Amino acid sequence: MRIAVASGKGGTGKTLLATSLARIWSDDGLEVEYIDADVEEPNGHLFLKPQQVASRRISVPVPALKGESCSGHGKCQEACAFHAILSLGDSVMVFNELCHGCGACSISCPDGALLEKQREIGTIRHGFSLAMRFREGLLDVGEARSAPLIEEVVRGSGGDGRLAVIDCPPGTACSAVAAVEGADLLLLVTEPTPFGLHDLLLAVEMGRALNLPMAAVVNRADLGSRAVWHALEKEKIPVLAGIPFRREIAEAYSASRMTVEESPEFRGMVAALGDSLLDNAGGEP
Amino acid sequence: MREIAVVSGKGGTGKTSIVSSLAEVSDTKLVLADCDVDAANLPLLLSGIDGPAEPFFAGETACVDDTLCTGCGACEDVCRFGAVRVTDAGTRIDSFHCEGCHACSLVCPEEAISFQEDQAGTLTVREGPYGTLVHAALGIARDNSGKLVAQVRKEARAVAEREARPVILIDGPPGIGCPVHAALSNVDHVLMVTEPSGSGLHDLERILDLCEHFSLGASCLVNKADLNPALAEEAMALVTRRGASCLGMLPFDPDVPRALSRGECPLSVPGFRDRIEEAWATLTR
Repeated sequence: MRIAVASGKGGTGKTLLATSLARIWSDDGLEVEYIDADVEEPNGHLFLKPQQVASRRISVPVPALKGESCSGHGKCQEACAFHAILSLGDSVMVFNELCHGCGACSISCPDGALLEKQREIGTIRHGFSLAMRFREGLLDVGEARSAPLIEEVVRGSGGDGRLAVIDCPPGTACSAVAAVEGADLLLLVTEPTPFGLHDLLLAVEMGRALNLPMAAVVNRADLGSRAVWHALEKEKIPVLAGIPFRREIAEAYSASRMTVEESPEFRGMVAALGDSLLDNAGGEP
Repeated sequence: MREIAVVSGKGGTGKTSIVSSLAEVSDTKLVLADCDVDAANLPLLLSGIDGPAEPFFAGETACVDDTLCTGCGACEDVCRFGAVRVTDAGTRIDSFHCEGCHACSLVCPEEAISFQEDQAGTLTVREGPYGTLVHAALGIARDNSGKLVAQVRKEARAVAEREARPVILIDGPPGIGCPVHAALSNVDHVLMVTEPSGSGLHDLERILDLCEHFSLGASCLVNKADLNPALAEEAMALVTRRGASCLGMLPFDPDVPRALSRGECPLSVPGFRDRIEEAWATLTR
C-alpha cells in the first residue's frame, strides 16, 4: 500500500509527518518504506539517518548524432515541440535542459542519423533506517525537469505487502502529480492560515483529477481560524489529526531530531493518526 | 529597472511574508511578480483590484479522430510518457501524461492524430497601494509552469517599463527545478530566505549552488532565527563563505503565523519592521 503525504503549500509539515509515520509503523513491526520524492529538496534523510546507503545514477534519453550521417534536412528541429534541437548544416545542437526525451527527432530524421544517449539527471539513494527501508531521489543542481526522477524513485513502492510512505514535493504541477500518482491514499497536510487553505483546495483539486482517496491533517491546528476545517468538511475529506503548535516540535525539527522520539504527546498523536490511516485506507475510497 | 527574486529552496520559510513586508515598507511603488504559479499566495496578503484573468496557452495535447483510427497501436508503442492507450472503444489519450511532443502523430499511418493547444493557466494584473502585482494560476496537474513563470515576468517587465517603476520583486517558487530556473533567469539579484533548521540549511546550500550555476549575485535573510540560534549563525557563515551577503535575521514568534492566519502581513510583530526596512534599504541601495 502506498500513502502519499502531500500539500499544495510548502513548509506545512509533510516531512515531519511522513518521517514520523514511517518511524512509528516501522517500530511497530510493519514492513515500511519511506520514499523521499521531493527530489529538488529532499530532507527526510536528515531525520531518518539511513545506514548502508547505496546509490545509483538516473538518466534520461537525449538525442545524439550517429557519426557523420546528417545531411542537414532540419526535420529534427521542425519535429521538436520543445525547441531543444537546432539543425546546423550537417550537425545538430541539443539543449539538454529543454529536451523531454520523447524521441520525435529520431523518428523524423530521414537519414536515421539520430541515436539516443543517456544523460544523467540525478541520484537515487537507498538504505535502511533501523528496519525501515529508505529511498530518496536527489536532482542534480541545474537540472530543470524533476518528474522523470520522481517517477523512478516512486516506482514499485508499496509492493509485496509493504507500506510505502511517499514524502511528496509541494505544489500541484507535474512533479507533485508524478509523486502522488498510483497512491492508495493522498494524505494532505495543511495549516489553518489563508495560505494553507488556498493551497489545500488546489491540492484537493489535484486529488480529484487523479481520482485519489484523500484524508487530511491540520498542522499548527491551534494557531488560526476554523476555515480550513469547514472547507475540508464541505469537501467530505476526513481530518484524521490536528497537530497543535508546539515550540518543542519546531525546535526538534530545526535540529533534525525525530520529535516522535522525544515527545510522548506527539508520538501518541502520530500513532493515533497511523491507526486511523490504516483503517481509512482499508475502507472504500 | 532592477529585478530581485526571492527564493528559498525549502517551502514555508517565509518568502511570501517577507515579500509582502518588503512591498509594504517600500516608499516607491513596485511591480511584484508572484512566480509561485502552482500556489500563488501573495494575492492573499496584498489586496487590490484585479484586472481580468487572461488565459495563458502553452503546450499541446494529442487528440485522436476515431473515424480515421484503425487501432494499429503505433502511437501507443512510440509514446514515452504512457499517455496513449488503444482500447476496444478507440484510442485514448491521457491528458495528464501527454506532453504534446507529436511523436504519436509522426508514426500514425492514418494521420488520425491532431493537437489542441492547452490552456496552461491564467494571468492577472492587480493594482494596489504598493503598486502592481502580477499573479497567475497554473491549471491543476499541468506542466509548463516554467513558461507561465516566464509570462508573469514578461508582464511584470512591461508594467515596470510603462510605469517607470524602479524595482520588480519576484516571489519565487520552492525547489530548484524548472519554475525556479524561469524565476531566476537573468535577474539582477537573488534574495534567499532560509530558516535555521537542518532542512533549511540543506536546501540553502542547493540554492547557493544554483545561483553559482547561473552566476547570480545573492544575499540572504535568516527567518525564525531564534528558533535555533546556533544554526542561524551557521547559515550566516555558510552564506558568507559562499560569497553571498547576509542581510540579517528575523525573529521566531508565534505572532507571525497568527498575523498570517488573519491574512495580515507580519510587520506589526516586534522586531520585524526595523529589520525589514534595513534589508530593503540594503537591497535597493
